[in-house]
Amino acid sequence: MTTEAIHDSHEHDHHDHKMTGIKRWLFTTNHKDIGTMYLWFAFIMLLTGGALAMMIRVELFQPGLQFIEPDFFNQLTTVHGLIMVFGAIMPAFTGFANWMIPMMIGAPDMALPRMNNWSFWILPFAFSILLASFFMESGAPNFGWTFYAPLSTTYSNGSTAFFVFAVHIMGVSSIMGAINVVVTIMNMRAPGMTYMKMPLFVWTFFITAYLLIAVMPVLAGVVTMVLTDTYFGTSFFNAAGGGDPVMFQHIFWFFGHPEVYIMILPAFGIVSTIIPAFARKRLFGYSSMVYATASIAFLSFIVWAHHMFTTGMPLFGELFFMYCTMLIAIPTGVKVFNWVATMWRGSMTFEVPMLFSIAFVILFTIGGFSGLMLALTPVDFQYHDTYFVVAHFHYVLVTGSLFSIYAGTYYWLPKWTGNMYSDKLSKAHFWCSLISVNILFFPMHFLGLAGMPRRIPDYALQFADFNKWVSIGGFAFGLSQLIFLAVVIKCIRGGEKAEAKPWDGAEGLEWTVPSPAPYHTFEKPPKID
Amino acid sequence: MTTKEYENYYVPAQSHWPIIGAVALFLIAVGAANYVTELKNEQSGYGGYILIAGIAMVVYMMFGWFNNVINESMSGKYSGQMDNSFRQGMSWFIFSEVMFFAAFFGALLYARTFSIPWLDGAGNNAMTGEVLWPDFSATWPLIKTPDGTETTGMGWYGLPLINTILLLTSSVTAHLAHIALEKDNRGQLKFWLGLTVLLGVVFLYCQGLEYAHAYADEMKLYLTSGIYGNTFYLLTGFHGMHVTLGTIMLFVMLVRVFKGHFTPKSHFAFQATSWYWHFVDVVWVLLFVFVYIL
Repeated sequence: MTTEAIHDSHEHDHHDHKMTGIKRWLFTTNHKDIGTMYLWFAFIMLLTGGALAMMIRVELFQPGLQFIEPDFFNQLTTVHGLIMVFGAIMPAFTGFANWMIPMMIGAPDMALPRMNNWSFWILPFAFSILLASFFMESGAPNFGWTFYAPLSTTYSNGSTAFFVFAVHIMGVSSIMGAINVVVTIMNMRAPGMTYMKMPLFVWTFFITAYLLIAVMPVLAGVVTMVLTDTYFGTSFFNAAGGGDPVMFQHIFWFFGHPEVYIMILPAFGIVSTIIPAFARKRLFGYSSMVYATASIAFLSFIVWAHHMFTTGMPLFGELFFMYCTMLIAIPTGVKVFNWVATMWRGSMTFEVPMLFSIAFVILFTIGGFSGLMLALTPVDFQYHDTYFVVAHFHYVLVTGSLFSIYAGTYYWLPKWTGNMYSDKLSKAHFWCSLISVNILFFPMHFLGLAGMPRRIPDYALQFADFNKWVSIGGFAFGLSQLIFLAVVIKCIRGGEKAEAKPWDGAEGLEWTVPSPAPYHTFEKPPKID
Repeated sequence: MTTKEYENYYVPAQSHWPIIGAVALFLIAVGAANYVTELKNEQSGYGGYILIAGIAMVVYMMFGWFNNVINESMSGKYSGQMDNSFRQGMSWFIFSEVMFFAAFFGALLYARTFSIPWLDGAGNNAMTGEVLWPDFSATWPLIKTPDGTETTGMGWYGLPLINTILLLTSSVTAHLAHIALEKDNRGQLKFWLGLTVLLGVVFLYCQGLEYAHAYADEMKLYLTSGIYGNTFYLLTGFHGMHVTLGTIMLFVMLVRVFKGHFTPKSHFAFQATSWYWHFVDVVWVLLFVFVYIL
């Protein structure tokens, strides 16, 4: 049945040819084209945000102010954060969703293909507005990616409106992208693919999309209040008018905490696909993985104030949010247990996707444990706003989300390009990244515990040695990503031809179509037993 | 799904509408940002024009895009599965709108439950009241802010009550129009749908009257009148914008009905509009309770 579908799609090619040149990309409705654009956009943003991080690390290489004014330093940290969250990690995952979900569930395309194109093309415009603010008189936003009031209202610079409207259209893009994912999964599965037969990858994107639809509008609401407070004289976040700056943090983190899981749940899906393939065993505890993902998503809505333990909340609030946060360790623990149990007594081989996945399991767990430490209200008073927090969220976002994105890219690159990539070069990318990323982020734990605050361009002398190592690790990690670029370009241009299923342990519908995947796949749905 | 006959899912060929939409949103964002910056700094500039150009472009895109969709639908390219995609897409869009309003309702409830009592010294904030704002006392509506701005609370009797009745009635008429459409009674459909549009317009007129009344000297209820005025205007204002959009959508549906569009079986656009209208209505009921009555 499946092979028939492929044969069929080739026959249809002549009346559904793709345009050539730039028009193909501007007008496309094809999920593979759009997925490719998302992935390239995310990578360009990763390098842009990375360049900003390099500048931060140059300044922090030594104590004292060397190269950068404090205000510009704040602009760098702010835009670095915004770009990495909204421009790199989230679009990269949407790229995966676009490429893989229709192929994994046996659908001809995303459910709403034109809207899909719209979702993507909003992003380059939104980020050009954000980046353009660096060249405005007032400079880029300087209040941190969390844009706490009153830094973003009373004390913000002249480009705040540009930041607000850029976030607005990013939000429009995310919501439409998420609606597309939800509708595709609910409505376009091949006959016989019940919910509990869906690949876990699809499940995690499904749940992530729900989180997006639920919280991106709240972000739109809170930036709107920032806008009116700054430009129209309202006082949502101003005690003099009856508002409260802490209210900003509540609304922001009601968005912000589910947002954290928006950036990690898809990573769980990717890793849960790759580990079984290279352990040559079925994923251990599939249904518990589904329930764990759903529990994490649910809990993410009732833990937001753990970002705010030091704001002087009532005691009941501190306790409630502490215990709810600690509860998240249970479903997350289930996941880590299942990954390890999948590898247990498997016939493991260590191709690059697997290397990144194993690194993910170990390093993400470190990030999870530091998160558990931060969840404890009494000790959080010590860690709050220090480099310990920076270390924590970079372990989950870089060695977590970003490593899973690399793992997924190496896993599906043969399917996307039709060619195998260089084993040597990709292993060099892995080992360079692994070593440098730990030199970069591990010492930050010590810096934070010793009391070095985040978002400060200068520091006391006793932090100098660790900061030097952090900066060296940072430069090395940044350069290592250029190896990745080389691998991908080389792979697109040629190389050993990939078979339809280059990994012998891989499972799923995407491996039943040839490599590279034809422009249209599954125009007739395959039959799932 | 397994029991159904397989139908082809229509995947449209390339379309230039999305990129036009993306450029339009870019113009709206840049234009609006420039415009509010100019307003604040009391400069003149091009922000407003860019914003209007962007909005015009969105309208142009919508006409073109929906035109394509309607033509595809009328020429029988769509399957039942496609209809489902549209329905589910619209439902989740409405859910995202619910969450948008939730942010502002959240702000309202937070201010009433926490920030205003705390400013007056409730909980463990005795010193906040004592030292920072000694003259402040917590009330709702907040007719005197901590920094001394005074205003008047808007009652629920009168215009707001009339508006509630108008919108609730319009929800009923929209539903009656839907029933008429399903029974293929075009005359009744035109009557009830036309009445719904009319009720929407009258609601907007009354809302305008209410704003004029609030801004007049005897009430002095401004957008800048502290958290009460803030939440009042942002909630009713965003709701009003949604009513405006809903009325326009209903009007377009009316035009299409007169053109002979829609059948008892196939009328997704009509259904989506009516869902949207009911949603706007539910938001108003919550507004009426939390902004006006309580």
